[in-house]
Amino acid sequence: MSKTTLRGCFFVSSLEVGEGLVQFFNVTKVYNQNIYALKDVSVKIDKGEFVFLVGPSGAGKTTFIRLLFREELPTKGQIIVAGRSITRLRPREIPLLRRNIGVIFQDFRLLPDRTVYENVAFALQVVEAPPREIKARVEEVLAQVGLLSKAHLFPHQLSGGEQQRTAIARAIVNRPRILMADEPTGNLDPATSREIMSLLLEINRLGTTVIMATHAWDIVNTLKRRVIALDKGRLVRDDREGVYGYEA
Amino acid sequence: MKLRTFGLFLRQAALSLWRNAWMSLAAAISVAVTLFILGTFVLLILNINFIANTLQSSVEIAAFLEVDAPRSEARALQERLKNFPGIADVVLVTKEEGLKTLAQQFGSEEELLKATGGVNPLPDYLRIKVQDPAQIGEIAQAVQSMPGVDEVNYGQAVVERLLAVVRWVRYLGAGIVVLLGAGSLLLLMITIRLAVYARRREINIMKYVGATDWFIRWPFLLEGFFLGLLGGALAAAAVAAGYSSLVNKISLSLVFVPLLRDGYILWYSGLGLTAGGAAIGAAGSLLAVHRFLKV
Ligand SMILES: Nc1ncnc2c1ncn2[C@@H]1O[C@H](COP(=O)(O)OP(=O)(O)O)[C@@H](O)[C@H]1O
Ligand SMILES: [Mg+2]
Repeated sequence: MSKTTLRGCFFVSSLEVGEGLVQFFNVTKVYNQNIYALKDVSVKIDKGEFVFLVGPSGAGKTTFIRLLFREELPTKGQIIVAGRSITRLRPREIPLLRRNIGVIFQDFRLLPDRTVYENVAFALQVVEAPPREIKARVEEVLAQVGLLSKAHLFPHQLSGGEQQRTAIARAIVNRPRILMADEPTGNLDPATSREIMSLLLEINRLGTTVIMATHAWDIVNTLKRRVIALDKGRLVRDDREGVYGYEA
Repeated sequence: MKLRTFGLFLRQAALSLWRNAWMSLAAAISVAVTLFILGTFVLLILNINFIANTLQSSVEIAAFLEVDAPRSEARALQERLKNFPGIADVVLVTKEEGLKTLAQQFGSEEELLKATGGVNPLPDYLRIKVQDPAQIGEIAQAVQSMPGVDEVNYGQAVVERLLAVVRWVRYLGAGIVVLLGAGSLLLLMITIRLAVYARRREINIMKYVGATDWFIRWPFLLEGFFLGLLGGALAAAAVAAGYSSLVNKISLSLVFVPLLRDGYILWYSGLGLTAGGAAIGAAGSLLAVHRFLKV
């Protein structure tokens, strides 16, 4: 099980050197020549951290995640993930980066015509994992998110929380080093949100670095984790055991 | 790529074709129709080329010598012309032979001679075959200016018109073939684009979980390939059937028109249409997928 396709070779080198897992160096992202989504952001995130990315709507949280995921290139500055410069990746290296970064969204983004099992297995098929490994690993992950008994159901037969748990299972099935969550509780009620949060914390406890963009100040304030606050594209605060600070 | 993965792609392509069965069928038939017209034009061009070549190669220059030229001079000229660049063969037709030929057509030699007062009025002449029919005019002119040559005849009007028609048909045909090829490409591209569009969410998620672009492209490539292959094969079958029956009809009523009857031509054109259809299908799907991979 530990040997998964192609993944190892991409990300072995630099972690032991003691650098941050993710580093932004003076990153600026400009859309359409005049929209500054991020302005001169420098930040370092270490292996195993749980980081909240907070700020009002339009602050640049989603942009931060999309840059890290190499969905966009920074206009200025440099982004390093596990010692590799994101901006210098060759196009065929991008998929390898993404296999090391899981991502979930507010709107779950499941495939409606596939079961929970198939939605999760999909992520392994795509990286050409052997079928026997796929079955074992998918069941393991579904057990981890508590959906083993609903593996055969389709997304429309699930509650919002269950759909998000399916998305989480899909995001971590490839054992990524980093899990990014863009407002994962945005569509969920408080009780379900707490469930999702405890799942994310558990994943973090098992060693995955979690970066979560959110509006939910109550969650941020209770958990007392690192908080990186963005406002109009600028990094305005970086607290080790922070609170949201914008709820007032 | 692993064999198992390829199996996955094949299944994916088959599933997509099956899900959009009517759309797929419509696309394959449209492609078949365009490729059928394309194939018809290719065969038409080939045949016109063939007819033109056959006719051209049977065209000769007749160089009439002066009536009182001695036979030895005629032979010398024949030898000289044989070595002339562009000339394939030279045959001397003596006035006696000429008279015999005429007699065969118009009665007996004596009657002919009586009509002309007992003298053979014909000159010796040289039948000249040229290597390249397109040069026949130039060569005829050169021969005309040689000493001892009285008059040169090669039916220039016919030859020139023939060459013009052949040229025109080639250009027109090439234009039409390119146009129809582009049309088939577009048709397949639109079809595959619909399939891609229907699966754009899936493609997006595939990119998010780290699929390579080729992993995403392959199923669509195969889908386009099979659609093009089917269209091409249908077109090839229709062309083959149509051509054989047409050639049979024509050769019954217009015996003197030379046509390509060789079975090879149908094999090659059929193979060409099928392979061309498949290639167009594959290219069309690559173009169709391209935009959706930018995530
Ligand atoms: N693709 C885009 N094109 C143009 N402007 C964009 C694009 N994506 C984001 N923006 C702009 O960048 C700013 C930051 O957006 P975003 O990162 O989505 O903020 P957040 O996720 O914190 O709400 C906003 O002003 C937004 O309108
Ligand atoms: Mg956002």
